[in-house]
Formats: sequence, C-alpha cells, structure tokens
Amino acid sequence: MQNTKMFNKKMIFPLLVSLFLLIIPTILIKFTIIDAYFAQIITLAAINAIMAISVNIICGFTGQLSLGQASFMAIGAYMSIFLTENLGLPMGLSIIFAGFCAALVGFLIGFPTLKLRGDYLAIVTLGFGEIIKVILMNFKSITGGANGKRFVDPAAIRFTLNPEVSFFVIVFFLIVIVVLFQNFIRSSFGRAILAVREDEIAANSNGIGVFKYKMTGFIIASFVAGIGGALYAPFIGFIKPEMASFNRSIEYLIFVVLGGMGSITGSVVAAFTLTSLQEFLRFLQDYRLLVYPLILIFVMLYKPDGLLGTREFSFIKTEKRLFAFFKKVRVKNEK
Amino acid sequence: MKNKMIMQATDLSIVFGGLRAVDKFSFELYQNELVGLIGPNGAGKTTVFNMLTGIYTPTEGEISYWDERSRIHSVGKKQPAVLNKVGIARTFQNIRLFNSLSVIDNVKVALHAHRKANIFDVLLRTKKFRSDEGMIEEKAMQLLSLFKIADKKNELAKNLPYGEQRKLEIVRALAARPQVLFLDEPAAGMNPQETEELMELIAFIRKEFDLTILLIEHDMKLVMGICERLIVLDYGKIIARGLPEEIKKDPQVIKAYLGEEALEHVESE
Repeated sequence: MQNTKMFNKKMIFPLLVSLFLLIIPTILIKFTIIDAYFAQIITLAAINAIMAISVNIICGFTGQLSLGQASFMAIGAYMSIFLTENLGLPMGLSIIFAGFCAALVGFLIGFPTLKLRGDYLAIVTLGFGEIIKVILMNFKSITGGANGKRFVDPAAIRFTLNPEVSFFVIVFFLIVIVVLFQNFIRSSFGRAILAVREDEIAANSNGIGVFKYKMTGFIIASFVAGIGGALYAPFIGFIKPEMASFNRSIEYLIFVVLGGMGSITGSVVAAFTLTSLQEFLRFLQDYRLLVYPLILIFVMLYKPDGLLGTREFSFIKTEKRLFAFFKKVRVKNEK
Repeated sequence: MKNKMIMQATDLSIVFGGLRAVDKFSFELYQNELVGLIGPNGAGKTTVFNMLTGIYTPTEGEISYWDERSRIHSVGKKQPAVLNKVGIARTFQNIRLFNSLSVIDNVKVALHAHRKANIFDVLLRTKKFRSDEGMIEEKAMQLLSLFKIADKKNELAKNLPYGEQRKLEIVRALAARPQVLFLDEPAAGMNPQETEELMELIAFIRKEFDLTILLIEHDMKLVMGICERLIVLDYGKIIARGLPEEIKKDPQVIKAYLGEEALEHVESE
C-alpha cells in the first residue's frame, strides 16, 4: 500500500495545474495580453495570499490570535533591502534570509508570550507592530525614516519593472509555501499543532508539548510573513514604515476570516477576490470602502465559519469527480 | 504479596487562594491494581487527579512515580506532556476531545511521540516520513478496531454520540501505551445500560493492556463492582480507605454521603 517512489501518480495532476497557473499568465503578461495594470493586481493578490496564509497559520491552525503579522512583513521587506544593498547578498538569497530574520524575531516575541494561556499574544503583537513602526521611522541611516526606502539594486529594479518576472517569482513562492505547508499540516507535527488549537489541556495530557508547538506555529507564520514582505519590497520598489501598521495586519486577518480560519484554499481565494475587488470597485471612489465591511457582515451572518470553513480544495477528490462526470457523459452519449 | 509500587504520594496539599482544596493526601498505587477514588461533590477528587497527572503543582507534598524501566520521576515538577511520555495517561470529567479533528486523528495525536521523521522529512515527504505515517495509521486503526469504532474513523469527534466520545477519549489515552491510566468519572452522564458496558470495557482494557487504573466515580454500583480498593475523600481529606465491603459499612463514609440522621438510622437497625 505504501508508495515508495518520490513522485507518484497522484502528484502529476497537481503539478500540471500549478505549472499551468504559473506559466500561462507569465506568458500572457510577457506579450501584454494581460496588461501591466492587471498584472500588478494579481501579483499583489499573490503577496496578499502569502500574508493571509501567514495569519492563517497562527490564527486558524495554531489557534493564537496575532494582530501584528504586518510588522513581520515589514521586517522581511526592510531586511531584504538591507541584506541586498548593505551586505551585497544576491536578491534571491536575501529574500530567504529576510524570512529567517522575521522567524527569529517571531521566536523572540513568542518565547515569553506563548507560555501563557489566552490572548496575550494578540496584545503583545499589537504593541510590537507599533514598536517596529517607530523603530523604522527613527533609524534613519538604515531605514530612510518616515520617507521610506527605495530598493535600487539592479536585480530589484528588473523585478519592479518587469511584471512577468515579479509575477512568476511571487506566484512560484506562493505555490512552494502552499505545498510545503500542506505537507507539514498533514503530518504528525501538523496534527500536534491542530491538537493545541483544539484543546491545550487535552493536548498536553496526550504528550504534546503545548508551548513547543505554539512556538513552531508562530515561527512558521513569522517566516512566511517575512518572505511576503521580502517579495513585496522589490515588487513595489519602495517601502514605508506604515507597512507595519495595525490596519495592514487587520486587513490580512479579514482575508483569513472571510476565507475560513484553518483553510489555506480559503485564504488564497479570499486574498485574490478581495484584492481584485478593491481595484474593480474604484469607480465607486470612496464608497468602495463601504462595500468591504458589508461583504464581511454578510459572510459572518450567513457563513460564520468563512467561505470555506476548514475545508481544503483537494486535487484527488476533484480528479475523481471529473472522471465520474466524464464517464456519465460517455454513457449518455452511447445510449 | 503486593506488586511493585508505581506511584506514591505523601502529604499532598494544594491551596487555592484561601481554600485548602486537598489536605495531606497520601496514597500508594501498585502495579495492576484498580483503585477507586470516591467522595461527594466538591470533595477534591479531580484536584487530586490534576496533581497526580502534572496539571497542578501541589503546594506541599511529594509525588513519586516509577516508570516501566523503574526510573523515578517527581510528578510535581514535570509537564503533563512529559509524564505522558513515561506512561501516565488520563481522561477528563467533561470530555476533552479534539472536536474538529476526525476520530482517527484524535488517536494519531496521541501517537505523536512514536514518530521517527523530523521536520525536513515531513516537508519533503521522504521515505522515512511515509513509513512513519503508515506506522501511525496502522497503530491507530488497530486500536479503533479493537474498540469497534473503526467504521467511524473519518467522522469528526464532535459528531460522535456521547457514549462513543467517552470511549474515544479512553482509546486516545491508551494510544500512548501508558503504564497507569487515570479515568475521571468515566460513567458521568451514562444510563445504567451504558454504565454496565463501561464496566465490561474497563475490565477488558485491564486484561488487554496490562494496566494500572485509578478512577474517580460517582456511580456506586460501578465502583463496588470493579474496584479492588477504595479511597474516600471528603472536604479534601481522606476519611476512609480499604476494600469496597468495608467502605460500604464505614460510618464516616455514610455520614459524608447521606448525613448525620442517616447514620443514626443505620446504627439503630
């Protein structure tokens, strides 16, 4: 029953779909069939999806409320510029290292906080976001202060100016993050984290070190947020301390609540839908800000668990359903 | 001749604010015993359980525990998760399942300590990871089949009927292959027939898993039926201990359960 090969049949279909989602839009953007404006929206949506996944990992899967994921994003963004421009690392490497920096900060914040039971993490991350903002504003020599900082490394400029490059790289990172996290959550470690979310006392009495797994969840979430920020910096080309603001953190939390706490599919779908919605509703001018809360209220009234609850899109189930459907059609035609 | 001692508590006391919830509780637990801890509501039974399983740290007193390899552990200084790994498992008075996880995942969580794969094996789905998952799946299925709930393995724990939730909690506790099992009011909320089945289940578990069991119970029929030794607690103090037959006639116990008048009534008979 065990599959001993690294790549088995089950993986072909998902692999093809991800390659398709990655390569086709890239080509379309390259030949300006998708224009630069639209490309910018979907790429931004992909970054928002990465951020929503980060919030979901800590809030939806680990069950700890964090109100400061945007500050980890800001750390990632500033670190990627710092590592590339001041330390001369290649940009790809500095994106990864920026993720690790955010993870390290996550460790330092989580260590004293997550030992407590309850919503202390929410308060601490809330304060932490403000601290990061103030630090970024005042550390002028490195961060450029309140005026923000430009990413002027040649690689970054290529990234900023070529929408197909930024789309390809960012969606590639999104896919890798989704795949790796799915592997993680469907393992023994993943179940341990879910058990902590469900009932800390019961998890503890069943051999799950509660603190250890809360930390694991928080560090992974910080890492993902750091990567999100590190990709955002070269994509926009210019970052400001406001990145770390409370509002941004809440925006990502809204994606997660709408998509469903504990559903990666939900986070990705919500991030893409809401990001595009914000753009398409521009003709409403300031009134578009009303649409957003209205959607939120309606979803909470009629689908309190979010659009997908904790359900995930499954390739295997979809494949089975598709086969069943084609079979039915063929039988009908033969008749 | 008595078996090997596996747990010894001496003069345990715990104070919450100004309340001395448990006062100088001492007891020994020997291998393969089935001991009952009884007492009226609020007597401190669950508090004793919480101390013995590491959830509360006693204000005074010592708890020693000897694991299967006869290493000694000081219970008060260790986290429940650590104690679980050396053989102490428990259930809860108001069932604490992982509600939105499936039945089989509830059991698999308790098998977490059996893994060999590390986090990189998991992320890259190496061979080690897959054999690990296969092993965990197999062990969980064995347990579920043994307790005849294998057909419900994919249901969410919260959707199980009450009796099966209790059963699942016991199965989950057994997954860690404990040396000693603490059952906190396993018959709470059950009807007489379900209680009967539970008695059989406990007897079955003891035989099958070669366990030591300490249980808290209100249902006298269950307690008298299966326990070999009883400890009676009232207002945080032990008021009696001994064989079920002796306990039944103990004037202090009758007084605690039924009041002063009942005692006079019994004596006059």
